[in-house]
Amino acid sequence: MGDPELVQLLTPEGDRIESAVGPDGTEYRVDFTDEEYRGLYRDLVLVRKLDAEATALQRQGELGLWASLLGQEAAQVGSGRALRTQDMAFPTYREHGVLYCRGIDPIMPLSLFRGVDQGGWDPNEFKFNMYTIVIGAQTLHATGYAMGVNIDGRTGSDDGEAVIAYFGDGATSQGDVNEAFVWAGVFNAPLVFFCQNNQYAISQPLEKQTRIPLYQRAAGFGFPGVRVDGNDVLASYAVTRTALDNARHGQGPSLIEAYTYRMGAHTTSDDPTRYRIASEVESWQAKDPIARMKAFLVKQQLADDTFFAEVDEQARREAVDLRERVLAMPDPEPVSMFDHVYPNGSPLLDQQRAQFSRYMESFEGSAH
Amino acid sequence: MATETLTLGKALNAGLRRALENDPKVVIMGEDVGKLGGVFRITDGLQKDFGDQRVIDTPLAESGIIGTAVGLAIRGYRPVCEIQFDGFVYPAYDQIVSQVAKMHYRSRGKLNIPIVIRIPFGGGIGAVEHHSESPEAYFAHTAGLKVVSCASPQDAYVMIQQAIASEDPVVFLEPKRRYWEKGPVDLDAPLDGAYPLHSARVARTGTDVTVLAYGPMVRTCLDAATAAAEDGRQLEVIDLRSVSPLDLSSAYESVRRTGRCVVVHEAPGNLGLGAEIAARVTEECFYSLESPVLRVTGFDTPYPAARVEEEYLPDLDRVLDAVDRTFGW
Ligand SMILES: Cc1ncc(C[n+]2csc(CCOP(=O)(O)OP(=O)(O)O)c2C)c(N)n1
Ligand SMILES: [Mg+2]
Repeated sequence: MGDPELVQLLTPEGDRIESAVGPDGTEYRVDFTDEEYRGLYRDLVLVRKLDAEATALQRQGELGLWASLLGQEAAQVGSGRALRTQDMAFPTYREHGVLYCRGIDPIMPLSLFRGVDQGGWDPNEFKFNMYTIVIGAQTLHATGYAMGVNIDGRTGSDDGEAVIAYFGDGATSQGDVNEAFVWAGVFNAPLVFFCQNNQYAISQPLEKQTRIPLYQRAAGFGFPGVRVDGNDVLASYAVTRTALDNARHGQGPSLIEAYTYRMGAHTTSDDPTRYRIASEVESWQAKDPIARMKAFLVKQQLADDTFFAEVDEQARREAVDLRERVLAMPDPEPVSMFDHVYPNGSPLLDQQRAQFSRYMESFEGSAH
Repeated sequence: MATETLTLGKALNAGLRRALENDPKVVIMGEDVGKLGGVFRITDGLQKDFGDQRVIDTPLAESGIIGTAVGLAIRGYRPVCEIQFDGFVYPAYDQIVSQVAKMHYRSRGKLNIPIVIRIPFGGGIGAVEHHSESPEAYFAHTAGLKVVSCASPQDAYVMIQQAIASEDPVVFLEPKRRYWEKGPVDLDAPLDGAYPLHSARVARTGTDVTVLAYGPMVRTCLDAATAAAEDGRQLEVIDLRSVSPLDLSSAYESVRRTGRCVVVHEAPGNLGLGAEIAARVTEECFYSLESPVLRVTGFDTPYPAARVEEEYLPDLDRVLDAVDRTFGW
């Protein structure tokens, strides 16, 4: 049955564990078809490849910044695939894998990182909120959204709605996140708090944020908490599916701590060699989420080399396509910075826009 | 004489080091300030040399950083808090405005809260949202807080030490895009008798137009002055250094000579520092003015996406454009 502190359904060696029990006795298992197992593997590979392409684009000056998800693919694909169509997600700035699993074009967040806009998508259209860079703020937004689901009477059945809030281990120290826990509990919000504990908040290791395992915090706020192996896509799927379904059936919030590791730098601006040792990174390399899924597929004879080659080829094609479309992204018109400050405009901005346009015109034909 | 050429960032680091050496009550606290040395490396090496009781890596919570700094100050410490970026100071806004700023007043002078809140501020580095803001007016509008900004390595070195020594809470705004600019720093400069923290200084003398700026815009205005000189116009550039309280004595003296005044800052114009400065200069120098005091500022929009920030930020051309317009009245 494994470690009660860590829900795991697939070992780092790629062996299946039939079922696992969480700290409150909930039993977790998955029942996938061979095709679905292969699909999860495909997701993991694609998400990693697209992420690597974005990192490369940043290195080549095509993006201003990139926050890589390297190492966290299973937590994101598992939880992302666990969402039902009607569910709503509130990401941080690193949930490119969840976004992909929602069926959203992976180009969508790249304009933010290229410096072309600040997100600019409609959260309601994609059931995926804009990225939130201010640490923890989105957990309150998710809570309020989930309160709205309750007020609308949209829980209590299989097609009820649930909400998921993503955040990091560092974020658990923020007041906003703790207030979100309080509110979600008090209002029985249909909400899953999904914390990717990747062991670091930039340079700060987990012990700078907490004295107890993060999932145990939930108890103090009055709802269940569970720690899952975040490098195990099957377990990440199982615990998230259960938590979302509990929420949609009216059983209120819960906290999932996906125990994982940030294999890369915090962002492309960061230099992790200043604060962590190579041997630590190597020990997590042995728990790689993709390697174990591949080992599983091979051992169970669910996939052969042709399949793996085909997945790699698809990943390569999608990465090339992403790159081409990033390079083709037009820069915004400077005057567009005055748009959308208010739904109905403002006299002050109208005046500034007009002045700005005249000023820009004054350079036309000059050497500037 | 230990005069070295340092970047503004390294000068701040040297100033912090000296403050830690000179006063055992000085502690540095913030996110990633220890081993990493801060995301801009301003506290680089300090935890290694002074230990993790003096250079404290905090949990990720800005309200916590400032709130606990208040407690440390009540206990007799002099906390120097780092807020990682301008856009992340707002979770601490309540602590700063309702607690830090008012404790001295509420205790009828029995408590001093000698906290320094260091904030890398301003744009121009191609960053994503929340990393390029200029929040100085929020703080300058609050009684009980002092707000300063350095513009040169020498000032960075001295002013950070003066801010730490000050009995007031000081919001210390660091022009992040100038962190890498170099200049001479006299590392032996004594604090006693140093140029006062809250005094403005003439950065370049001139006779035709008075240009007022602080922080990152001082360099922009000095460049504008160089360009203007080629066209035969002499700009007098004043580095205000202190945003609150404002020292406008040199500005008044200058405007009485030049008759023209331009105020430059990155923050949005509406209710920004420029409005206050223009009002005061007008009141004091009304009969000397040949034109209204003009402002060159960021626009009244959220700080825009990086690929249009160049157009958003005041630059040399916009300063010169305003200078030209002062001659159009
Ligand atoms: C309110 C706020 N403070 C500081 C920052 C700067 N910052 C960006 S990411 C980060 C660390 C976040 O760590 P964690 O929550 O563990 O998420 P991870 O980046 O590891 O996914 C910090 C301090 C911020 N974005 N927002
Ligand atoms: Mg983290």
